[in-house]
Amino acid sequence: MDAGTQLEPDILEALLAARDSEESLLARHVLELFISNADIASREKIPVCQDTGVAVLFVDIGQDIQVEGSLEDAIQEGVKRGYQDGYLRSSVCDPLTRVNTGTNTPAVIHYEITPGDQLKISMLPKGCGSENMSGLAMLPPSAGIQGMIDFVVEQAVKAGPNPCPPIIVGVGMGGTFEKAAYLAKKSLLRPLGEASRRQDVAELEQQILAEINRQGVGVQGLGGNHTALAVHIESFPSHIASLPVAVNIQCHAHRHKEMVL
Amino acid sequence: MSLLRYRPDFFDSLKEVHLPFDPEVLASLRAGDLISLTGTLYTGRDQTHRRFEALLDRGEPLPIDLAGQLLYYVGPSPAQPGQVIGAAGPTTSYRMDTYTPRLLELGLSGTMGKGSRSPQVREAMVQHRAVYLATFGGAGALLSKCIKEAEVVAFEDAGPEALFRFRVEEFPAVVINDILGNDFYEMVHQEKI
Repeated sequence: MDAGTQLEPDILEALLAARDSEESLLARHVLELFISNADIASREKIPVCQDTGVAVLFVDIGQDIQVEGSLEDAIQEGVKRGYQDGYLRSSVCDPLTRVNTGTNTPAVIHYEITPGDQLKISMLPKGCGSENMSGLAMLPPSAGIQGMIDFVVEQAVKAGPNPCPPIIVGVGMGGTFEKAAYLAKKSLLRPLGEASRRQDVAELEQQILAEINRQGVGVQGLGGNHTALAVHIESFPSHIASLPVAVNIQCHAHRHKEMVL
Repeated sequence: MSLLRYRPDFFDSLKEVHLPFDPEVLASLRAGDLISLTGTLYTGRDQTHRRFEALLDRGEPLPIDLAGQLLYYVGPSPAQPGQVIGAAGPTTSYRMDTYTPRLLELGLSGTMGKGSRSPQVREAMVQHRAVYLATFGGAGALLSKCIKEAEVVAFEDAGPEALFRFRVEEFPAVVINDILGNDFYEMVHQEKI
């Protein structure tokens, strides 16, 4: 529930910093409005954005623990209750009939087995104005690093005002078709603006961020120097014939929450 | 927390526009104008538009007369006890593009959402003297404070996609497309305003 009404400190700080360094007066006003919005949302328990998302959960299961009963059912039930009790919007429907399930379930759940005896659940309520602007390219390896940079920048810029900029750009480089997409989404869980631990990747994140912000889309597509707040890249080895790159775009109303059991 | 205020100064500099639109005021709006809307408007998003189209295809009337009205693309979150409405910011407008020219033909004077419209919609807006406004995506909590009354008019079973009537006061927006065919996103892109 909190994940709907509460922006985490990392995103709030990024919005404040963006406002203070924004060159466009209009964009500065709009950033100010987003900061007020976060304040109202948190004090009055109103969702930050009416699109309270499809619930995407990353579940890290320590290999030393045993779960009694169905973990999947428990999580789905938790999502259902959280959305109902929190007055969050039910936004999930059948893809063919477009009939709303009315509970915001099923949630999209990704499981990973990790060392240790903890169960960690990360929740990312994902709005789809931004999700719809995501994309994936199966580049030829000859496209190289520049090919990946060009694709990521193009994807972020052609999205224009649609994904509610300033955006956060999650990028998955390498792996396979689905691995790249998974990494792009997972990179959004990283505290905002925290650099990749790989030096060359961290430099690439800064280079792409600067390039996107040079393009002038700006806050809400109204101009200025903050089209993106951060670029997060996760990489994974790929096949010698392949260079997948996936871009998952997240809006400035970036909500996320983690808990460890 | 002194940086956080309910009402940014920005709100004080907006041009006031009453709804439904007065034709003269509508004609005077220009791309890039920052406006503050007061009056009544209707809401609709994907499902609402699908249902409008189904009714029109069958030759049946729409549940409301669109003439002179503003249609706001929003699917609000549910109201909590004591609240008028939940969060109610704009959804992305291009998804309504295929349906919009037909509604403009019926006299709809304006639409409001976020993001660019198709060339077909822009052309239809010039032809039918209509405007397109953007409001602020991701500011749903703040925008809900500008909505003073909300009632479902039709399609209640569509949940957040129902057709609502809102009474708004000082609801902030930016004129993106005016009746002359100007497009503010394009102006920003070309001139890097």
